[in-house]
Amino acid sequence: MIVWTAIALVVMLGIAWAFRFAGQAVTGNAPKFRDMPFGVAYGYVLGVFVLIWLVWAYLQGRSSDPAVANKFFFLRIAIEGLIIFSIAAWIFRLFGRSVGTAWSRKMFRSMPLTASFGILTIIIYAIFAIFAGVIAPYGQEQIIPGVAANIIPGGDPAMGGNPEFPLGTDQIGRDILSRLIYGAQNTVGIAFATTCLAFLLGGSLGFLAATLGGWLDQILSRAVDVLMAIPSLIFALLLMTIASVWAPELGIPLTVFMVIIIAVIDSTRVFRLARAVGQNIVVMDYIEAAKLRGEGLGYLVFKEILPNATAPLLAEFGLRFCFVFLTIAALSFLGVGIQPPLADWGTMVRDLGGFVNFAAFAPLAATAPLLAAGAIALLTVAVNFVVDWMLHKSSGLKE
Amino acid sequence: MTDETSDILVKMRGVKMEGRSDETWSPIINGVDLTLKRGEVLGLIGESGAGKSTLGLAAMGYTRDGVRISEGTVEFDGIDLLKASAATKRDLLGKRIAYVAQSAAASFNPAHKLLDQHVEGPVQHGVMGRNESAQDGIELYEKLRLPNPDQIGFRYPHQVSGGQLQRCMTAMAMSCRPDLIIFDEPTTALDVTTQIEVLAAIRDIVDQFNTAAIYITHDLAVVAQMADQIKVLLKGDEVETADTRTMLAAPTQEYTKSLWAVRSFERPTKPVVQSDAVPVIRVENVDAAYGTVPVLHDVSFDLHQGRTVAVVGESGSGKSTTARCITGLLPPKSGQIMLDGQTLPADYKKRTKDQLRQVQMIYQMADTALNPRMSIGQIIARPVEFYLGLKGKEKRRRVDALLEQIELEPTQYYHRLPSELSGGQKQRIGIARALAAEPKFIICDEVTSALDQLVAEGILRLLARLQDELQLTYMFITHDLATVRAIADEVVVMKDGRVVEQGPKKEMFKPPHHPYTDLLLSSVPEMDPDWLTNLLNERGVDNIGDAAVDKM
Repeated sequence: MIVWTAIALVVMLGIAWAFRFAGQAVTGNAPKFRDMPFGVAYGYVLGVFVLIWLVWAYLQGRSSDPAVANKFFFLRIAIEGLIIFSIAAWIFRLFGRSVGTAWSRKMFRSMPLTASFGILTIIIYAIFAIFAGVIAPYGQEQIIPGVAANIIPGGDPAMGGNPEFPLGTDQIGRDILSRLIYGAQNTVGIAFATTCLAFLLGGSLGFLAATLGGWLDQILSRAVDVLMAIPSLIFALLLMTIASVWAPELGIPLTVFMVIIIAVIDSTRVFRLARAVGQNIVVMDYIEAAKLRGEGLGYLVFKEILPNATAPLLAEFGLRFCFVFLTIAALSFLGVGIQPPLADWGTMVRDLGGFVNFAAFAPLAATAPLLAAGAIALLTVAVNFVVDWMLHKSSGLKE
Repeated sequence: MTDETSDILVKMRGVKMEGRSDETWSPIINGVDLTLKRGEVLGLIGESGAGKSTLGLAAMGYTRDGVRISEGTVEFDGIDLLKASAATKRDLLGKRIAYVAQSAAASFNPAHKLLDQHVEGPVQHGVMGRNESAQDGIELYEKLRLPNPDQIGFRYPHQVSGGQLQRCMTAMAMSCRPDLIIFDEPTTALDVTTQIEVLAAIRDIVDQFNTAAIYITHDLAVVAQMADQIKVLLKGDEVETADTRTMLAAPTQEYTKSLWAVRSFERPTKPVVQSDAVPVIRVENVDAAYGTVPVLHDVSFDLHQGRTVAVVGESGSGKSTTARCITGLLPPKSGQIMLDGQTLPADYKKRTKDQLRQVQMIYQMADTALNPRMSIGQIIARPVEFYLGLKGKEKRRRVDALLEQIELEPTQYYHRLPSELSGGQKQRIGIARALAAEPKFIICDEVTSALDQLVAEGILRLLARLQDELQLTYMFITHDLATVRAIADEVVVMKDGRVVEQGPKKEMFKPPHHPYTDLLLSSVPEMDPDWLTNLLNERGVDNIGDAAVDKM
């Protein structure tokens, strides 16, 4: 296998050279082919070969022989998903370009497809999270009477599915679709609240440290260094274990503790960024002018520094949101996060995790835990696309 | 002279360039022709945004990101640079065409030693071996009159001064003995005393190797020393081209004449200050230090009402530090600052709102002095509201009046952001913000040094008019003696944190001077193309610029 791959790669070297030579000859030495480095030509050829293999694999995935089709099932789903999402993002961007104010239309015109995909996904998640109670067909903790547990996703009775439960049911007979929708509300909502709290905390302290400097800066920065020195997930686990003892005694839900603990741990990263950005702004002449005018601290921070720090902070907000979200999912997976019977994607992955073992011969059954994992992955990717785009815009880079 | 065409090195014909902004291509250069013979120096002048640098880069067949050459041809020694392959261009750039950028500090890689960066070009292009090129570099350093030519190459860029770095970069451009060097404002960021040294060095080396050069600058007096021919650009159009002497003696176009006339602005002399008058600001025996490093030594001078005191000196002489002492940002170690005969608290935090109001400041870089996220209206309205307590309509009326005072149309500019203004307009906003506090005293810290001459003159005239109308007192920090001549009533010369000489302007420009003042005065380029040659003949290379300063 390795030998064959190596031979194929070497053959491609020859094809790449021939491709470039042919390009030069056919186009009469057009600058595109004339100035093309060999590496680029090789990249084109390699890309074409990968594409051909993907097409072949996709056709295999649609094969009527279940043994062959099962092997390429997830690749098939991934390719179909990619195509569907690309079309949806493209239509969404087209829609954004023709509807809305001049400002928003201009924004959509300069937007890459990845960013419009990200925005679309975030909007859909937001709608599901806000209107979960209306959209979801069943309750999140509702064990539907007279319905079997472990109905396989897909809704095909021949494969062990049930058209009434398109995504199947979990091991105690709850509707996975409903739990996914409620999971958006719980996981995303809590992650959003936590990120906001982290920014409030880290941002204000960071700006304060940058503006005042001196001993306050030293104390805050060293405290943050200490907190950052402890691996965050282990630290969060430790604190959550302590909190799970306190929570019933104080009568406060454990979720509140979780929000505070993750917010504090993540605020250290926000603090560092806010302080660094703030320090760059504080040395500007307009800050000096405001200081010499006799302005107070509040005016300096909120009117002069904050508006100039929004771009990097907003980008960090997107990234931080992903990390918080993943931390919550991880904690739930480990059993100390969002507590049952509340639906949560992390918990769902853990509960249904065993089905992954069936992936080789019954891919539909293995899909059950992957649905929640996919929901997490999709949102993370979407947020990162939007953040990338915003960073690109605020840095003023040209293509 | 039978075959004249082979003498031509660069030939640009009908070059049109466009830049991409706001989703459309807008023209930058509208059809310019340029011809440069071997060994000839062409001066390219114009205000910022005229397309000088863009055109200079196009002569190398290069465009910045988001810029394209839409029409025309660029030929270098018979090779069409616009159609040449990447490999051909790679062979030319660095080897036969070199480029010297404005900011040497930003163009050197801070992680490598100077000599290592110097030899990179020759070794890559296979012109010389490493050792040979290093040896050659040391010789070039010697020719460019750098101190310790044997050792300076083993330093990192941050270990040498700005003028030296600029000369190192010229040496680097020379390393492959190119046929053409493009100098993009190589001395704009330097002090006059440093500039003269760099100018002498560049001219000398270009002469020695018979290199052709395109010298881009906005300073006419500088270009007059360097160039055989001058081409004037205005907003992407060529205004006129002529050889230097003709151009200086008899410019034909109105725009060129106006450029020439800028330096003629001078205010009438004011009567001598009465000896019993209380100065608006008195700086008395001020010593100051950054940490433990002393910066100012026993600085004293007075500023009287309605007058301008120019503080002159090279960078690092303590001009701006004096300003920081007056504003209270840097409390002096000893001595005091008096406002209307009353001692001001040393620290600005301890001053009253009214004391803060009386002392305002205008900054050198209007870009960093205005909050980019606030509209012009907000920027000016804030001091109006803060000091005078005006609100709503009254505030708006005051801001409009201020905008009219600085000659900007209120309805048009009120809602704009600083990024939507030109450099000169931004500086005007800085002036309006200072005026909004209704102060007695304004510190102008190099307010015109980042601006083109025409725009700078407009700012100077505005400041002069405002002074006459509002009886303001200015402290004018500058290193440009032409500005001093234009606006100052009294002059204070500083060197190494001490006041070297002070007195009325008339006396300053008349000998006898303190030797440092003399050096400063003699280093200011004049519009005479023979000025540098004469000065070098008169004084010798070792008695100009920083070399002479070191001898003091």
